[in-house]
Amino acid sequence: MSFYERYLEYKNFDFEGFFNKVTDRDIVNIMNKDRLTELDFLMLLSEKAANYLEPLAQKAKKLTLQNFGKVIFLYTPMYLANYCVNQCVYCGFNITNSIKRRKLTLEEVEKEAKAISSTGLRHILILTGESRKESSVQYIKECVKILRKYFRSISIEVYPLEENEYVQLIDAGVDGITLYQEVYNEEKYKMLHLKGPKRNYLHRIDAPERACRASMRSVNIGALFGLHDWRTEAFYAGIHADYLQDKYTDVEISLSLPRIRPHCGSFMPDCKVEDRDLVQIMISYRLFMPRAGITISTRESERLRNNLIGLGVTKMSAASSTEVGGHSLENKSEGQFDISDKRNVEEMKEMIYSKGYQPVFKDWQAI
Amino acid sequence: MDDKLTIGGREISSRLFIGTGKFPANSIIPDVIKMSGAQVVTTALRRIDFDSDEENMLKYIPKDCILMPNTSGARNAEEAVRIARIARASGCGNFIKIEVISDNRYLLPDNMETIRATEMLVREGFTVLPYINPDLMDARRLKDAGAAAVMPLGAPIGTNKGLRTREMVKILIHEIDIPVIVDAGIGKPSEACEAMEIGAAAVLVNTAIATAGDPVVMAEAFANAVMAGRKAFLSGTGPVKEYAEASSPLTGFLA
Repeated sequence: MSFYERYLEYKNFDFEGFFNKVTDRDIVNIMNKDRLTELDFLMLLSEKAANYLEPLAQKAKKLTLQNFGKVIFLYTPMYLANYCVNQCVYCGFNITNSIKRRKLTLEEVEKEAKAISSTGLRHILILTGESRKESSVQYIKECVKILRKYFRSISIEVYPLEENEYVQLIDAGVDGITLYQEVYNEEKYKMLHLKGPKRNYLHRIDAPERACRASMRSVNIGALFGLHDWRTEAFYAGIHADYLQDKYTDVEISLSLPRIRPHCGSFMPDCKVEDRDLVQIMISYRLFMPRAGITISTRESERLRNNLIGLGVTKMSAASSTEVGGHSLENKSEGQFDISDKRNVEEMKEMIYSKGYQPVFKDWQAI
Repeated sequence: MDDKLTIGGREISSRLFIGTGKFPANSIIPDVIKMSGAQVVTTALRRIDFDSDEENMLKYIPKDCILMPNTSGARNAEEAVRIARIARASGCGNFIKIEVISDNRYLLPDNMETIRATEMLVREGFTVLPYINPDLMDARRLKDAGAAAVMPLGAPIGTNKGLRTREMVKILIHEIDIPVIVDAGIGKPSEACEAMEIGAAAVLVNTAIATAGDPVVMAEAFANAVMAGRKAFLSGTGPVKEYAEASSPLTGFLA
């Protein structure tokens, strides 16, 4: 069984008809439940539920506090390479974009690692574009070997791998994976991923499960909001997380809420996701999966990020760069997309403390 | 009244143990420890940043406390053993709280793996305090394996739901002759007091203090409650009666 079969169960589901039938009483009942069903979760994503955003937010806050306490985990992304063979219309690394392509040498990896770890960060997320030639598993392993000297937790956000490749990377010192399906709607997925291996929807949707099978410690998934109707996309991402958590009980499953940002290229997203929509998604995730980590990156603005603390978010990136070499090198590449919140680690720390929360730099110890 | 608790050859003056996770800032931990009177302090090895001055949790724990690192994040016995070894090699002492969790939805302890880890770590000379689901047979196995105490949960971790496992914990207290320390789920001082009244050797509290409006004052409230509960246990509470006891008994004429 693959999550794809769960996806198919809802393929012909009348989402619009379902949303139209949600009543005030439904939402109040859900608020009083401890364990939500999939359809409860779907109701929370309805327009009707938006009328109850404040009491739902209060419950989300309570659950987050109970499960995670007054802490926010910090990490930063580090781009190793931006070579990419895919043609995804919304991405700056699109093969048809004439941007400067670059890949860090191992010496440069060390330089970037030193610069990042000097800010106190102990968790790193390394990224590459999809190019098995330029960013091979072997290359990633060599980078991880260097990064282990500087960081206590190393996550990867790279192209979908095979199970044995995840095992190799875990053996090398990787403990987490981030992999967004981008778009769960299969037809829309095909429209946005024109060429390259990423066009293979199934191979991507099963990748988080392959990582779970390989015994990855933490698996972070998500939909890229703005590419398709957010209510159904958030629903699929949520039930995907729930499916994985049910099947792989010892893996830490978490969700990200990336929203599309301006980037190199001409594509403009046509499905607007307002701040209040993003908040509704986050609250719904929290009520559906009280124990799941929720990540908000620097794609979002300072103001929004400050206000999301306490609502459900447990993990934030800081001092991010989407450029290869962006943390320390002079001849860095162009970025994958524009960062919105440009604050450095000290500024983020200060903000988190001012909210009555503790910024946590280290939450894992490679064993 | 001389009422010392002894674990792993150490005399422990306070029966309130505290955890260091979930606090709004590490800097308030010294005041929390002081007002709680706690001598045993648990902290997750995964959170200790040995490479940092400012962010190193250990800096906030007074030297006269007994540090009890825990194996949070371990998914099986082998991982718990590896974490325990790292803790000892890093100078965190000999006490170890074993926490093996293979269920991320409820964070319930895996007793079987915990027993295996206890067997291995006792052989390596650790003072082992395992966190368990209150089960009598498992508690016996842990005692036989050489655990220094058993730490049954009162309710799922972080829930603040109180001593929901009361009857099972009571059985452990009656049947197991190593200290039974209620760990997890205690949300209010009255619940800590209740655990002590039924004869728990100590209670371990984290979330209820860390997420309180004023953690320092709450720490003191827990300290008082634990002391009150202990004194009540030692003095022997009067029996609970189903009916009022008539002052002119009906069977008095038989005397």
